[in-house]
Amino acid sequence: MSMLAVALTGNPNTGKSTIFNQLTGARQKIGNWPGVTVDKKVGYLNYKDRDISVVDLPGTYSINARSPEEEIVINFLMNNKMDIVVDVVDSSNLERNLFLTIQLMEKGIPLLVDLNMQDEAKRRGMSVSATKLSELLGMPVVETTARSSDSIRTLLDVFTTEVMERYQPSEMIREHIAHIEEICRSGKPQEAIEEDVIAARYALIDTIVSQAVTVNNLGPTKSEKIDSYLANGILAPVIFLLILYAVFQITFTWIGQPIADALDDLISGPVTEGAAELLEAAGVSEWLQSLLVDGVIAGVGAVLTFVPLIFILFFCLSFLDGTGYMARVAFITDPLMRRLGLTGKGVMPLMMGFGCGVPAIMGARALDSEKDRMISILVTPFLTCGAKLPIMALFAAMFFPENAANVVFLMYIIGVVMAVVMAKVFGSTIFKDKGSTFLLELPPYRMPEMKTVLLETWEKGKGYLVKAGTIIFVASVFIWFLSNYNMSGPVEEMGDSFLASLGGAVCALFAFHGFDTWEAGAAVISGILAKETVVSTIGVLYGVAGEIDADEAAEAAQTFLNSGMGAAFTSLSAFSFMVFSQLYTPCVTALGTIKKEAGGWKWMGFSAVYMFAVAWLVSLLVYQIGRLMGF
Amino acid sequence: MTLEDGVPGEAFTIQSIGDSGLKQRLMTMGLIPGTRIEVLRSAPFGDPMAIRIRSYNLALRREDAAKISVQKIS
Repeated sequence: MSMLAVALTGNPNTGKSTIFNQLTGARQKIGNWPGVTVDKKVGYLNYKDRDISVVDLPGTYSINARSPEEEIVINFLMNNKMDIVVDVVDSSNLERNLFLTIQLMEKGIPLLVDLNMQDEAKRRGMSVSATKLSELLGMPVVETTARSSDSIRTLLDVFTTEVMERYQPSEMIREHIAHIEEICRSGKPQEAIEEDVIAARYALIDTIVSQAVTVNNLGPTKSEKIDSYLANGILAPVIFLLILYAVFQITFTWIGQPIADALDDLISGPVTEGAAELLEAAGVSEWLQSLLVDGVIAGVGAVLTFVPLIFILFFCLSFLDGTGYMARVAFITDPLMRRLGLTGKGVMPLMMGFGCGVPAIMGARALDSEKDRMISILVTPFLTCGAKLPIMALFAAMFFPENAANVVFLMYIIGVVMAVVMAKVFGSTIFKDKGSTFLLELPPYRMPEMKTVLLETWEKGKGYLVKAGTIIFVASVFIWFLSNYNMSGPVEEMGDSFLASLGGAVCALFAFHGFDTWEAGAAVISGILAKETVVSTIGVLYGVAGEIDADEAAEAAQTFLNSGMGAAFTSLSAFSFMVFSQLYTPCVTALGTIKKEAGGWKWMGFSAVYMFAVAWLVSLLVYQIGRLMGF
Repeated sequence: MTLEDGVPGEAFTIQSIGDSGLKQRLMTMGLIPGTRIEVLRSAPFGDPMAIRIRSYNLALRREDAAKISVQKIS
């Protein structure tokens, strides 16, 4: 028998993803829909000797093609012949959910309506009759509770036995469609027609709901009680800060960092030594040994140590997202964020920017106006990501040993202030005429389903792993080549290498910044490939071998001070260099993400250039004003 | 009056929605003239506001709420 093709569609927050994950488990393929950055998820399974493919369409409230997601849903359903299209509906929120159902039926798409979250609806005093609904729509209706495996089996039984061709839209639906066609022929302006159509759909929904749903209780729901703490009054921001603090502690102190440290010890110790011995024993030529050990293992290893942090951070954020709390975060922070020229929905993507700019830029997709999305993408890289932290930690420990923590904190502040200033600037110049909107469903609080949280974490983390892995790999080889070769071949002294010449050329730009050495210039260049490499490049250039951790900054600082570096910088020029590193051009991975998310080379180039200019100017001011003040 | 003037705990019937870029999205989300709305709460600084409509909760900014004319249900 041929493969049974199933598509899942439905509103956001209906438990659709959970159903998809329960159906297909880890047997999913995640790609992109052509031309847009919306995930395309397809899963495969076998049930009772039947091969089934399931495609999870993006969750949408309607199919008016106002957003890329809506366009994907309607184009996919119109252009692909599916055996079964499942419309996952939240029973406790039937009215708004039926809007999409009706719209799909108007397009002539036969639907299997899945009344999900029936248990939740019952708890809220609502009872939806599946038989009645099926009769009213003329389409088959199944009842599920997303968590239970019984529900999944019920769904699969229906998939394999139901023949959609047997069903015809009910008399009521056919009359509705005729009515809609009448409205479209009325000759009114386009806008008025669309509004009349929307109103007609809700009129139909009101009729359906009055016949299929009985409501007993209208007391405050559990979610509303929780909201009276989490989204209300002065307590709400306090709780938000506590939760945020906990997420950062879990990521950077309690769980993530210890794993990262252990991984770092493993890579810089046994792995590096083992590989070196192995290559030596195999008689591999010296340049290749150097390339593999000093270039690839050192470079890729530096990135691998960030992987536990990224995964733990994503896990926390996915978990919070699954509970419904993220919508409240957007709600309570919107007033503040709006004054800063951003939007409440942008808080969480920005927060991620303190971990890594790549997922943060990707997270801006969730924002619904182009203005908010673009501004968020353009200012996120100013924040202190995990890879900039070692630069700050090292320089602070070297040149400001008394106040190291405060200086690092100051760098975070400078990053945030620049992001806010530029958000304001962009909001009142380039994107001046574009509106910012905020319309957000506050879904009921739910305990997230672990399988879904883990799968989401894995998807996002894997994306980082692959992207960072490939680009860092290439960058490491490139830097290794630049620092070991010049026009006449391999070099003995790094001072004769390509990197030194390039650094020498670049450092002319910093003649008035106090750090116009070729070493600093080379570090700046390598930082565009990956910020992780700034410290390691400086280390190599000043002949200080080994990895430098944020944790061991104090020890490393002493080693560095004893090298030529202590003399190359003054406290002021070091501070200026830190400010520059904090603000300048994002790494290539982030630039690649900007190109993809902002839609083109133009924005990528713009980001690279304007951030360099801002950093150049601010660090120049810092140095020159500092000098005037006598530092 | 408009929804902007709504105080938590009050219920209203939507009378009309003024023209704006958001109008069709609001209607798609179920804000149709005649629909009942209940004001739930405001964010800590008074804006945005949360409303209950058609058995779900929705947050919107006060400037958008000002475009929605309502009549109080006593």
